[in-house]
Amino acid sequence: MDLSIILLLLLAPLGGFLINTFLGKQLGKGASGAIGTLAIVISFVCTLLLFLGLEPGADTKADLFHWLTFQNFSVDFSFQFDQLSLLWLLFVTGIGSLIHLYSISYMHHDKDFYKFFSYLNLFVFFMIVLVSGSNLPILFIGWEGVGLCSYLLIGFWYSNQAYNDAAKKAFIMNRVGDLGLLIGIFILATVAGTLDYQGLETFFQTKGSLVDSTWLAVAALCLFIGACGKSAQLPLYTWLPDAMAGPTPVSALIHAATMVTAGIFMVTRLHFLFDLVPAIQNVIAVVGVSTALFAATIGLAQNDIKKVLAYSTVSQLGLMFLALGVGAYEVAVFHVITHAFFKACLFLGAGSVIHANSDEQDMRKMGGLRKVMPITFITMLISSLAIAGIFPLSGFWSKDEILLEAFHYSIPFWAVASLASILTAFYMFRLMFLTFFGEFRGTEHAKSHLHESPALMTIPLVILATLAAVGGLISIPGSSWLMHFLEPLLHTDGAPEHHALDQTAYILMAVASVGALVGIFIAYRKYISNKEVPGEDSEVTGFTKVLAEKYYVDELYDSVFVKPINLLARFFRDVVETALGSLVYGFGKAAAEISNQGRKVHNGSIGLYLFVFVIGFCLIVSYLFLAQ
Amino acid sequence: MEVIYLLILLLVGAGLTYFSVDKAASRVALLISTVAFGYSLYLVSLHYGGQLPENIHFDWISKPSIGFDLRLDGLALLMLVLTTTLLPLIVASGIETKFANAKSLYALVLLMAFAMCGTFVASNGLLYYIFWEVALIPIYFIALIWGSGDAEERKKQVVKFFIYTFAGSLFMLVGFVYLYGKAGSLLLTDLYKLELSYDEQLLVFGGFFLAYAIKIPLIPFHTWQANVYQKAPAMGTMLLSGIMLKMGLYSVIRWQIPISPDASKELMPYLVWIGIAGVIYGSIVALRQRDVKKLLAYSSLAHVGLIAAGFYGLTADGITSGIIQMFGHGLVVVGVFFAVEVIERRYQTRAISELGGIRAQAVKFASAFLIVTLASVALPGTVNFVGEFGLLFSLSTQNVWFSVIGGLTIVLGAYYMLKMYQQVMLGEANKKPFADLSVTESLIFGALAAVIFFFGIYPQPINDLIAPAVNEIIAQISTN
Repeated sequence: MDLSIILLLLLAPLGGFLINTFLGKQLGKGASGAIGTLAIVISFVCTLLLFLGLEPGADTKADLFHWLTFQNFSVDFSFQFDQLSLLWLLFVTGIGSLIHLYSISYMHHDKDFYKFFSYLNLFVFFMIVLVSGSNLPILFIGWEGVGLCSYLLIGFWYSNQAYNDAAKKAFIMNRVGDLGLLIGIFILATVAGTLDYQGLETFFQTKGSLVDSTWLAVAALCLFIGACGKSAQLPLYTWLPDAMAGPTPVSALIHAATMVTAGIFMVTRLHFLFDLVPAIQNVIAVVGVSTALFAATIGLAQNDIKKVLAYSTVSQLGLMFLALGVGAYEVAVFHVITHAFFKACLFLGAGSVIHANSDEQDMRKMGGLRKVMPITFITMLISSLAIAGIFPLSGFWSKDEILLEAFHYSIPFWAVASLASILTAFYMFRLMFLTFFGEFRGTEHAKSHLHESPALMTIPLVILATLAAVGGLISIPGSSWLMHFLEPLLHTDGAPEHHALDQTAYILMAVASVGALVGIFIAYRKYISNKEVPGEDSEVTGFTKVLAEKYYVDELYDSVFVKPINLLARFFRDVVETALGSLVYGFGKAAAEISNQGRKVHNGSIGLYLFVFVIGFCLIVSYLFLAQ
Repeated sequence: MEVIYLLILLLVGAGLTYFSVDKAASRVALLISTVAFGYSLYLVSLHYGGQLPENIHFDWISKPSIGFDLRLDGLALLMLVLTTTLLPLIVASGIETKFANAKSLYALVLLMAFAMCGTFVASNGLLYYIFWEVALIPIYFIALIWGSGDAEERKKQVVKFFIYTFAGSLFMLVGFVYLYGKAGSLLLTDLYKLELSYDEQLLVFGGFFLAYAIKIPLIPFHTWQANVYQKAPAMGTMLLSGIMLKMGLYSVIRWQIPISPDASKELMPYLVWIGIAGVIYGSIVALRQRDVKKLLAYSSLAHVGLIAAGFYGLTADGITSGIIQMFGHGLVVVGVFFAVEVIERRYQTRAISELGGIRAQAVKFASAFLIVTLASVALPGTVNFVGEFGLLFSLSTQNVWFSVIGGLTIVLGAYYMLKMYQQVMLGEANKKPFADLSVTESLIFGALAAVIFFFGIYPQPINDLIAPAVNEIIAQISTN
């Protein structure tokens, strides 16, 4: 591997961050945005070079220097650019470049424009570290680093304390997962004596069967908890919908396309460990499929356009975890990539809508926008069809493979995942119909400002929509480029029977397609034929209300975790601290009191002294006498 | 010999500062502490070149036979470097504040640095004890005279602190007297060779424990801490939290554990749990504090609890990481207390309820404060991550529950620190104007951040420096 390319790939975003942080204000918006975008484009070009120069069997590691030293293992600051890393890097830097470009226009009026680009650059830097590190602690640097950037960008408009709350919640909730990840790392270090991916793989291939399987299961479970935090799975998903407080390009890049896929990346990276613990794989599949359905139901009743997309992301991530759980890593990766295309496009499209609509995010105050914003409409439509799984768009292929794998693993999983997919088709077209069809329902003022977004915003939309349409080509059944590409890492050569299209596969495809069409059709009946518009929040009742209120999970966490711990804090502060303080003071008081009493004896009276002396003398003499 | 010059420099420097004038005192002190910093780096270079004699002996008292013994191995050297790195920054933090009788204040600061350096290098029990106690006197006056808040209440708290820590230390003195009776010497290496029975070790261990548990502090011996941190002037709080509490932690691995290894091994789980209990307790109490300084005091309680747990876990990894974390904690705690000082200078308050909306007015300060806040929650890339990761890892090798419970610090720490940052810094712009960092203030934060990041990414020099000392401690634990 060419070290200079690797360093350029890593350091360009860091350089962009530093330049924008220290000089951004002086540079002005034009230069600041250009530098920020260029930094990511450079990384993208470097990734392409590495990708094209990748030779099978070549050494992909680059050791920089020694980092941490422990008795039984040490950790190097080193990176590896193999198939998995490069795949992730391609879409992180590729989509990253597009979103930077888009942001130049989207954030143009913001006074902290340069800060935005510096944070966004820093995010990409940490994301690169996360996916290209060659051991778990380096991954952890990236892991927490992207969490930090997520925190900074969710709370980007820091004047609003509600946004700051959302940012804080994201960080803390992620840290719950991070603790799991850390414990998992510790166990692996103790068990295997290395944290290097290659070292771990060799260890598990040769000695994996000798290790106590309980420890392996615990390690895998802990790592998975980490993945749940970062990739917003049950029960640690509640931060992601709140994270929509951040500017929309952030939602597209961090909270849809890249950062939230880190959990899937990590599990895929450590597939050799998860393969050894079927029980935990089963847990992953159950959590994944439950999240997919759970989040999809909430998505049915949201009226904020970004919230719908957020729950959709949670749901889609659930499907990816389902694929991981059933051991179909390459399928999960496939869906990560297609999802990155169509979901980034959807978020940027939503941003375009919000931008045009005087920052209104409530779909009840939209409608009829397809006439004013044709490009946004067409690109979002393509992406919605893709996410709904309509042939032959990218989502059809990747989702279909997940359903197929799930079907072979367990039919109930397949059924639940299919239901989630039907719901997806419904709520996505609910979103499309409410936003782009019918009459405009906003204020007159907003109506007069409606406009299609400028080219800097629509070009990324068009590119992403194109990818959302044709991205499925990288892994069509029968000739999967993706699978061959990942084969050296995942050793999937034993699995191609799923890819040969048999009768079951065709039937499942048909069922999925009909399901998606049914979902779209129901949405059409409701929102086009019957012209329904969701009611005011106060009018919502029954189960819809429960869905709109997200099953009251936030309230539950608040009363089970947040409130008790704050009560405890008050108790400690007001009662325990005071009691301990008085105890120490009591010792001092007691000492003072004893000496005070003692002082009374020394009153200068010779008679008393003589009296005590005589008694003491008698006592000593009698003691000596008795002792004999 | 060389290390003597450092001690002399600080002592004479204290004198010079005292006999200077109030206007120039801070600059004289800054000059001396900067020279001390440079000199300690020179010592490090000598150490790496193998030109620095480790042990120094002068005859001192013939009966009982007590020598003036100093020992400058890598561990002691690191503590000197920590002290002299922080010292100029602490002195500089006061330059923009006008103090009454400034020359006495800065003289006391240097005197305290002298005593703390002496504590780190002394290798004879009595000499060590004297330095240990001398260090207490300057901080007593600093907190009492230049502190804030109601004078009567302050006096009460500071006197309590003095008596409490002093009383604890007396038990250590008793321990030394006992050890002298056994060994006929108080030289560290002689004490290491001493083979005490388990019960004898327990006595010595207990005596030392009271002194150290109060100084560090460990719960439930921490009651002096938050109040004194709150009342003391910023410089005093920084000296206390940045350096002085490290005297206690350092002594645990230099004196207590190696002299009573069997007792340490026997008590290991209990001691680790005490440390971890401090982590949890401190983190939770910090959640609902009204005064930023008090919040940070409890946060410090949590951090040192984890270091103590790592030390008492008796693993090489735990001790190494604990030492790295002492270094990291020193930097961070000075940083966060300095941030509070910056706020107090402008707003004359530390009450969280009266703050907020500073970020909108002071971008540089907001970034600086955020960096030290994140270092405090051990974000990877900071030296604090290196320490915390190693500490939690080492604990997991003893018992996974140690690291699961102790690891809650990464969740709770993020909770109280980010909550504090949000309440103090974010939100609608504060109506009162807030001037962004001055040049001096920027330099202080810049220097701290540079060291925090450098060793976060490249901690190897610290590892190399302390490895022999750690091996010695581990050998001492395993041979007895």
